Amino acid sequence: MIREIHENLKSGKITSLELTEKYFDSIKEKDDKILAYLTLNKDNALKSAQEVDDKIKKGEEIDLIAGIPMALKDNMCQKGVRTTAASKILDNYIAPYDATVVKKIKKEGVVILGKTNMDEFAMGASTESSAYQKTKNPLDLSRVPGGSSGGSAAAVAGEMAVYALGSDTGGSIRQPAAFCGVVGLKPTYGRVSRHGLIAMASSLDQIGPITQSVEDAAIVLSRIAGMDKKDATSAQSSGKLYEDYLQGDIKGMKIGVPKEYFGNDLNEEMRKISFEALEKFKELGAELVEVNIPHNEYALPTYYIIVPSEISSNMARFDGIRYGLSIDDEEKSKIGNGNLLETYLDTRENGFGDEVKRRIMLGTYALSAGYYDAYYKKAQKVRRLLRQDFEAAFKKVDVIFSPTAPEVAFKFGEKTLDPLQMYLSDIYTVTANLIGAPAISFPIGKMTEDGVDLPVGGQLMGKWFGEEELLNAAYTFEINNK
Amino acid sequence: MLKKEDIVHIATLARIGLKDAEIEKYQRELSLILDYFKKLENADTENIQPIGHITGVDNVLRIDEAFEGEVDVREGIFNNFPDTRNNKVKVKSILA
Repeated sequence: MIREIHENLKSGKITSLELTEKYFDSIKEKDDKILAYLTLNKDNALKSAQEVDDKIKKGEEIDLIAGIPMALKDNMCQKGVRTTAASKILDNYIAPYDATVVKKIKKEGVVILGKTNMDEFAMGASTESSAYQKTKNPLDLSRVPGGSSGGSAAAVAGEMAVYALGSDTGGSIRQPAAFCGVVGLKPTYGRVSRHGLIAMASSLDQIGPITQSVEDAAIVLSRIAGMDKKDATSAQSSGKLYEDYLQGDIKGMKIGVPKEYFGNDLNEEMRKISFEALEKFKELGAELVEVNIPHNEYALPTYYIIVPSEISSNMARFDGIRYGLSIDDEEKSKIGNGNLLETYLDTRENGFGDEVKRRIMLGTYALSAGYYDAYYKKAQKVRRLLRQDFEAAFKKVDVIFSPTAPEVAFKFGEKTLDPLQMYLSDIYTVTANLIGAPAISFPIGKMTEDGVDLPVGGQLMGKWFGEEELLNAAYTFEINNK
Repeated sequence: MLKKEDIVHIATLARIGLKDAEIEKYQRELSLILDYFKKLENADTENIQPIGHITGVDNVLRIDEAFEGEVDVREGIFNNFPDTRNNKVKVKSILA
């Protein structure tokens, strides 16, 4: 889609200004119901569009993503723009600088339409934990868009942005992409700089694109990838253009099928659609190979120990002193008056939502004296075992297939009363984050629930820094499955 | 099952004020989740080192030198301070 728009911009068939206006019209028409956006930034967007149009008029070369309207998840800093991470504690926060990814795409002349809704601080799998609004799935308004990048996925699926950036700590790009019938890519840990991304769990967070096609995901990844001195965990990149690796041919590629992923607890219809997708890969010339992930059953508990532990540390910065909400309510407080501890307690009690408090407390407990070895240290050991499982599997295969989520988009309120049920929605996605490998979700079929056709996402996991192969596999499937 | 005192203790360590009615709710929820974590006890981790950094990046160093920040970024950071005095961030007194 990006390439087509780019050609139309270059040939003068449409201007970036017209295109941007068209997307704002679409937002005006639909977003009252879908509620994908938290903040719109029309003035800035039109200004960026005009700049690109001027360049085209002057006959200057423009990048593939120049002049193309997109959306940013609200946990990425855009200078001068309100950035809330969907939390009341950052209600009044104006980002003082651009995140590295924002800086990079701005340099190419991108048009940022606005900031999208998400689970508060990206903690959730349905976008229901946003302190502001509940984003609806554009394909069925009674269902969630997935999460935590639910606003980004809904904006793309609802044609209110050409593409969006999301962040993925345990599936937050891939699961909403699956629920909304679009493509979502979580790059290898370190592939994309996290500078300017409001941190949830720093050893797992990664920024990536949510797009309408695999080619678009490759194009966007090329523009955001690379080493950044402001993120010490970012990795060298040779300045590759990932779109150049989409050959549309996977003959001889080995696709791993972990038997642990297709156990008895997998929904029958989901299994059927997954196996049909695998058949398709076979028809396209890939070889299916059964692989083992012996420690798979430990992935989810490991993830939900490491994540809250890192959260309890990362959230300490929201202290009512340096930015955001600050409450010092002597009436409400149980201790002292006007002192530092009171400010902490009052601010965090009022500023954080339930899921954030739950995770901070879980993490505090898991890291506290006497429990550290049993929880956090144990989890970090199992994390190594999981990585070893995948190192062994990737000796035999090139990519690994599974469903993206164990279900299709669920209804509002279905899982909010039981946090553990919500966590289980991440069962197929957390592993890629734990081991740091890249993974992509792309539409593989539809499942009918209550008379509505709902999209099913398939997930491919790739080797560390092997995005080329991963994207090519998903791309080949996509172009042959229309 | 976590005791009421445990929840109060954890919340205080985490610097989160709790209403009395919330204590029971978190007692129930956190206990359920901690029970789920017990699954990990079955994993054999004998002689396995905890993993530090997943892609194996080694120490990343830079020269320790001061640099002039951009003026508007500094202003932006300053404008986000909840409370200031004489061009400085104001912190509450530590002793009551």
